[in-house]
Amino acid sequence: MLPLKEKDKPIIQKLLAAGCCARCILRFCCLSVQAAYRQPAQETMKELKAFIAVKENTKHQESVALPSTQENNGSYDAAASEAPADPPSKRAKLDPSETAAQTGESAAGQLEESRVCVVCLGILQHLCGTEQATKISETVKKEKYEFDTLVLSVSLPAQLCVREHSCWLHVKKEVREKGLVLDKDDVIQVKEAFKWIMQGLVAKELKGVAVVSKSMFEIGLEFIHLETDSDCHFLAKSCPDCFRPTKNKQSVFTRMAVVKALEKISDATFLQHYPCPPPQPASCCLPLDVQCLHMSVFIAGRYNKFCRSLPQTPWVIDGERKMESSVEELIAAPILSAFRADGFNFSSSGREDVDVRTLGNGRPFAMELLNPHRSRLTKVDMKQLQEEINTLSDKIRVRDLQMVTREAMSHMKEGEEEKTKSYMALVWTQKPIQREDIVFIDDIKDLILDQKTPLRVLHRRALAVRQRVVHSMSTRFVDSHHFYLGLKTQAGTYIKEFVHGDFGRTKPNLCQLLKTDVDILELDVESVDVDWPPAIPE
Amino acid sequence: MDNAEQKNANEEAPSVIDRYFTRWYRADMKGKACEDHCILQHSNRLCVITLAETHPVLQEGRTVKSINYQISNGCSRLNNKVTGKSKRGGQFVTDFAPLCRITCSDDTQYTIYSCIRGRLLEVNENILKTPNLLLEKPSTEGYIAVILPKFEESKSITENLLRREEFEEIVSKRGQSHPP
Ligand SMILES: [Zn+2]
Repeated sequence: MLPLKEKDKPIIQKLLAAGCCARCILRFCCLSVQAAYRQPAQETMKELKAFIAVKENTKHQESVALPSTQENNGSYDAAASEAPADPPSKRAKLDPSETAAQTGESAAGQLEESRVCVVCLGILQHLCGTEQATKISETVKKEKYEFDTLVLSVSLPAQLCVREHSCWLHVKKEVREKGLVLDKDDVIQVKEAFKWIMQGLVAKELKGVAVVSKSMFEIGLEFIHLETDSDCHFLAKSCPDCFRPTKNKQSVFTRMAVVKALEKISDATFLQHYPCPPPQPASCCLPLDVQCLHMSVFIAGRYNKFCRSLPQTPWVIDGERKMESSVEELIAAPILSAFRADGFNFSSSGREDVDVRTLGNGRPFAMELLNPHRSRLTKVDMKQLQEEINTLSDKIRVRDLQMVTREAMSHMKEGEEEKTKSYMALVWTQKPIQREDIVFIDDIKDLILDQKTPLRVLHRRALAVRQRVVHSMSTRFVDSHHFYLGLKTQAGTYIKEFVHGDFGRTKPNLCQLLKTDVDILELDVESVDVDWPPAIPE
Repeated sequence: MDNAEQKNANEEAPSVIDRYFTRWYRADMKGKACEDHCILQHSNRLCVITLAETHPVLQEGRTVKSINYQISNGCSRLNNKVTGKSKRGGQFVTDFAPLCRITCSDDTQYTIYSCIRGRLLEVNENILKTPNLLLEKPSTEGYIAVILPKFEESKSITENLLRREEFEEIVSKRGQSHPP
């Protein structure tokens, strides 16, 4: 039993005549009782017709039977004392004056059922029911997602807004008479009604998973209706400002742009260009494939790199793969399969060159996992995953692997410049050296360097002179042409360039300090002093 | 670094240039005998323009009086400024664009050319203060300029240049006694 009021009658009559479906009529009656939308559309249609057939003189009885929308919130079933299920024909006999009209409507009734709604283009008629709910749950089950709750996201053709507006103008007067404060915003949106109907059905299909308004797991439903795509086009002429072409959008007629244009356009102009009520479509909306998307999860850890021929990220020159693997791929492969994610974004606190090792506690890194089908890994799972990564390759090693939040990832980049890093370099000198020739280096403290952007990265970075500090150095003599140089520097210092001078573009450099040509043969990162992510005890 | 202790002092001297750069040459620039230029191309396509060891400026006993990047009344290479990753604002030079003029103490003057097409990224201001860098370290600290060829021309710009072996052959045929 629908909680409708006498003042809804003119709205219902007008919309029925215009070719609206039963649920769209409820929307324009501003009926916010969710259960009313969930009952079968054919039943609602029958009730609506019966309701308008009841004459004004039954008003007394009705006002008892049908409480007003405002005071009713789903309790209307209790008031179902009247039996409006009587077919119109039966009642027509009771009221001979209306016979002609009633039989006429009844004959058209069969047609009406199959006619596509002029406002929702069939979405609330034929595209929200058990069948669709089953289709959705089958897609979700097939992809084996792991989730506690889900959110339905619905994308409707933009022209629905135009049709909604046209329909609103059609019954605006009647709606306002129904309630003084009622306005276009009080009309229940197609999307909302759709969700009221579908959420419960989908939840039931998925064995009680809560369908909520915010969730990590989203089921995307999109509808298109090519036949009426041109509905929006007149708006571009009357409101060109709203439809500026943008690079990545296929069409300028986005839902946002159409809504904006409809807010601006005057009723008179709208009515000049678009029929009111909206014209009858021949076909129903087409639902596109159900799209599932789990929001990214984030993980972090530290890695060591033990190999001098391993780049951090895939190395591609002229479309050609240069080295067979990379740090990020070795780490990511087991993680991607554990989380069954579609892809990843890797970031780290700085990076080392292909020929540089990273020792000590390793370098902090974080990964965003895109569309993970699995997301509930325990600490034990993560530990196992870490062991798996470490077993698969001896070129790298991971520790402190853990799940983190998106927000926490910023700790890694925070104040990166102020952090210190420790290195060990094997240095060659052109002139023969003795132990005592290099000890002076141990006494140098907080040496300030002016580093021009190194030639080796200048092709992709801006040219600038950056000041960097070498906090301290220590030397260990090897032989007359070699020594080890330990350095503790500000993050962002280019060590290789400090050693060989980069054509004199880093000043001072080790060549100047030692007054001979020097070169760097090997380099290791010994520590990256960033205290994120938190250490995990073994 | 476990095996480093065994490193032996006799091993061949390493060189930053040999590790990352390819040497290309232009001999007898603009028909002027022995005015050879050397272009060091980094594996990232960027080029460093230097004097070849055989250039007259570097021959026995000469000293440099001045270096001038003002190549005409209207144009000084010192005014070259590049901004951003895309190096906006850098002067675009072609093969025979002059980069600077070197005047030796005997008042002979030599023009150094860009040798390749590309965007001028920087010139070496250090050699203005210390012209001796040019004589002492012509292929590193005494470099003349850095030029970034267009990405799509990074291979073709060296087509007109000489490989090291080709250049050495030309030099040996000069019948002079330059050290290699
Ligand atoms: Zn409808």
